[in-house]
Amino acid sequence: MFAYVVRRLLATIVVMAVVALVVFLLLYLTPGDPAAILAGDAATSDDIRRIREKLGLDQPFLVRFGGWIAQLIRGDLGTSIFTNLPVAHLIGQRVEPTLSLTLCTLLVSVLVAVPLGVVAAARAGTWIDRGVMAFSVLGFSLPVFVLAYILILIFSIELDWLPVQGYRPIREGLWEWARHLVLPATALGTVYIALIARITRASMLDALAQDYVRTAQAKGLTPSEVLVGHALKNAAVPIVTVIGIGIALLIGGAIVTETVFAIPGIGRLTVDSILRRDYPIIQGVVLIFSGAYVLINLAVDLSYMLLDPRIRY
Amino acid sequence: MAASPTWRGFRDAFRRHPTAIAGGVILLVMIAIALLAPWLGTVDPQAVAPIKRLKQPSEEFWFGSDMMGRDVYSRVLYGARVSLSIGIAVAILSTLLGLAIGLVTGYIRWLDAIVMRVMDGLMSIPPVLLAIALMALTRASMENVIAAITLAEVPRVTRLVRSLVLTLREEPYVVAAIAAGTRLPRILVRHILPNIVAPLLVQATYVCASAMITEAILSFIGAGTPPNIPSWGNIMAEARSLFQIAGYLIFFPGVCLSLTVLAINLLGDGMRDALDPRLARRM
Repeated sequence: MFAYVVRRLLATIVVMAVVALVVFLLLYLTPGDPAAILAGDAATSDDIRRIREKLGLDQPFLVRFGGWIAQLIRGDLGTSIFTNLPVAHLIGQRVEPTLSLTLCTLLVSVLVAVPLGVVAAARAGTWIDRGVMAFSVLGFSLPVFVLAYILILIFSIELDWLPVQGYRPIREGLWEWARHLVLPATALGTVYIALIARITRASMLDALAQDYVRTAQAKGLTPSEVLVGHALKNAAVPIVTVIGIGIALLIGGAIVTETVFAIPGIGRLTVDSILRRDYPIIQGVVLIFSGAYVLINLAVDLSYMLLDPRIRY
Repeated sequence: MAASPTWRGFRDAFRRHPTAIAGGVILLVMIAIALLAPWLGTVDPQAVAPIKRLKQPSEEFWFGSDMMGRDVYSRVLYGARVSLSIGIAVAILSTLLGLAIGLVTGYIRWLDAIVMRVMDGLMSIPPVLLAIALMALTRASMENVIAAITLAEVPRVTRLVRSLVLTLREEPYVVAAIAAGTRLPRILVRHILPNIVAPLLVQATYVCASAMITEAILSFIGAGTPPNIPSWGNIMAEARSLFQIAGYLIFFPGVCLSLTVLAINLLGDGMRDALDPRLARRM
């Protein structure tokens, strides 16, 4: 088991190195002169030279890449072209709103989606099951910002129950913080709920067809004991896997959600940086988000050992 | 053709899955709208009319007019061309690339180890972010949007093809073909490829749907097709600052996009069920 953990950790380091290489290579592999594109149409040749030096495009590739990796290991993500501030600092300022949004969404989505999937499987073929499946297909098809505007229109403008936009830090009061997160988390969570509910249903149906479920029923356990204690326990691995993989949807969706709801998080920073063509920030955001994604999925991999004692490495 | 068993299987499965038929019909209507856009009462989707900006939907502007006085109805109809061609182009390109890479890596072991590490790395970058990073470095154009989304989609297709190849190469008829001295290219084309086409086709529909949503997201946040090109995402991007007074800017393109993506997803689900009846009961 120890060997497995070490092997997984090493694999994670390799993946992170590839991510860093890809993000770095983009600067070299994209057609055209990135410095000229980043400088914008109104740039003078001085501006372009300044950006080229800042990105290190005037140095040989390996020298630049080595220096950059050394910087990364020290936690230095470079400096923003537009503000001249360290990227790590700029991202650090924006962590709280994004973390609030994504963690709330994650928590609520799992708490909604898993019971939905379990009930759909337990009542397979009934209208409950069809309803959950229809919701799941619809959830996949509605772009997050379209759903966000529908929610704002209904709950903020028509009913006036919730704020239209904005974010309140958690230290300004739990109630205000939560009120401002309800709509963004709902918009962001829908596709995630659709995904998890669908996989939960499928793997529950598999588990329910097994012999041990019939045994459990035969020895007189109540239906809910069989569902949760036997079927769900055995269906857990694919569910946890898809919760981990689905984080990619949450990250991509958070960028859009923060834009619609004017939440000053990392996503908003990304969109502002696209408009200003501030590539070092985008590079930093891609690295941070991908790093978080890889680590979460590492945790998911390691959790298999706890979830399923049969898995031995 | 009509008598072949696979064709009949397809037809029967579709009869049992009315949602798939509905999806196919909606998609055909959308494609027809895209092709016939110039003859459906539209005007030039890029013609600006500053005095007629932000008109609510009316006789003159069926879907209203945008901030520059452009006719939203015409832009939505021409937008079907942009959004559908990006979705279809990404589906075709990433399927072909994923197929080529997956076939080769499924057979050449040393290459497999390297290519799969690269794919793992690419898959660890959330697709929207990877596309954003690429778009930030290139000039906004439809070709660049297609390239960026394709790059984000290829790893998933490659993984699918590779896993299919790894299973198929153990099949008795492939082992028999190798034993009979068949060369590798012939094995790939005659024995492996025909068994990959069906699941790959299903995957392609999902890629198409997801590419259309990604394009809309990219355009919405200003990293997609150039603003003057009427893609559905671009029309909605204008509503970012105007939503409260011009909700129709979101409504019409939003409905078209959701409906098209829904249609493609329903079609994909139907095809998947037709190909794998055992899975159909579960998913």
